[in-house]
Amino acid sequence: MAELTHVIFTAALYVSLLALVLGFVRFLRGPSSADRVVALDIMTTCGIALIVFIAFFGGRAIYVDVALVYALLSFLGVIAVGRYLEGGL
Amino acid sequence: MIAFIGSLICLAGSVFLLLGALGLLRMPDVYNRMQAGTKATTLGSLLTLLGIGIAQPAWLLKLLILVIFILLTNPISSNVLVRAAHFKGVKLTEKTVRDNLKDDQEKGGDGD
Amino acid sequence: MQRIKSFVLGMLVLFALWVAIAGTDRDELVAGFLIALLISWIFRRNFELLGELRLNPQALLRIPVYLALFLRELVKSSLDVARRVLSPSLPINPGIVKVRTKLQSKLGRIILANSITLTPGTMTVETRGEYLYIHWIDTQCEDVEAATRSIVHCFEQHLEVIFG
Repeated sequence: MAELTHVIFTAALYVSLLALVLGFVRFLRGPSSADRVVALDIMTTCGIALIVFIAFFGGRAIYVDVALVYALLSFLGVIAVGRYLEGGL
Repeated sequence: MIAFIGSLICLAGSVFLLLGALGLLRMPDVYNRMQAGTKATTLGSLLTLLGIGIAQPAWLLKLLILVIFILLTNPISSNVLVRAAHFKGVKLTEKTVRDNLKDDQEKGGDGD
Repeated sequence: MQRIKSFVLGMLVLFALWVAIAGTDRDELVAGFLIALLISWIFRRNFELLGELRLNPQALLRIPVYLALFLRELVKSSLDVARRVLSPSLPINPGIVKVRTKLQSKLGRIILANSITLTPGTMTVETRGEYLYIHWIDTQCEDVEAATRSIVHCFEQHLEVIFG
């Protein structure tokens, strides 16, 4: 059972990684800057999940805090870019 | 056993993350991309983190805080981005049937 | 009175967050209390929104009901996205419609807008006073009243009790 659980968690890790890569494809293709920021927003959400995966596989709780801080900062970043696009910054 | 259930929830969550990213690729304009992206990835990350939290109960509280934070911030950031896109005049796809916001902006200037 | 209420609510939320992250060590509790006090005093203007939360039992009982409704809609919306993304013909019929909300409270409107973003096929683009402009992936009606009934109503009836 423990073996199977590990396999499923690893599969989930790779599926999330694939999601990040697909987001990155949209990030590269654009075409407008708004598309790129939208892609970045989705990528950060996948990134949070991936950091927690790293914490889980490494068994290190400190990475959960890293994910928490990353969530805070990426939210601020996306808001700042949105404001900038609107011309309000 | 409980770790096994957690792993299944986690896998379901990662599939939703993938579907959100796929929507990001397939949809024709910014607005539809954001729709697909925000919804599916919010549920996806929620399930992924909960699955790990079930397998690792010591972290559950912190992961729950992370989940609540994602649940609160994801719609806000999507709203800000879409508003900025509409403000900049990013075109809606040809399939679009109606744009009431643009009509109102042309009619009466911008209120806010 | 309203100010004190929002101040105390904001401080409680910050303090709970601190305890959940830092643990219940005695020094941590003292430091967390002081920092929560300081932050909620510095940002007391921004926290005034929280004062719109009603604290009578009827409103408090509605919060779990609302959360359950919200989570159900979130799951439904993700499945809806999955269906649209996976079908080869990409069945979308997008449009931006205008709806009107009865809610007076600012916080209530914010929560309504965010809930709409996470429900099936709809996403808030802009809010102007009592009007919300919503991007609808499968536009069924363009009229304000009809769109309000089909998008806003199910959330509004609960939020009305909680925030007024």
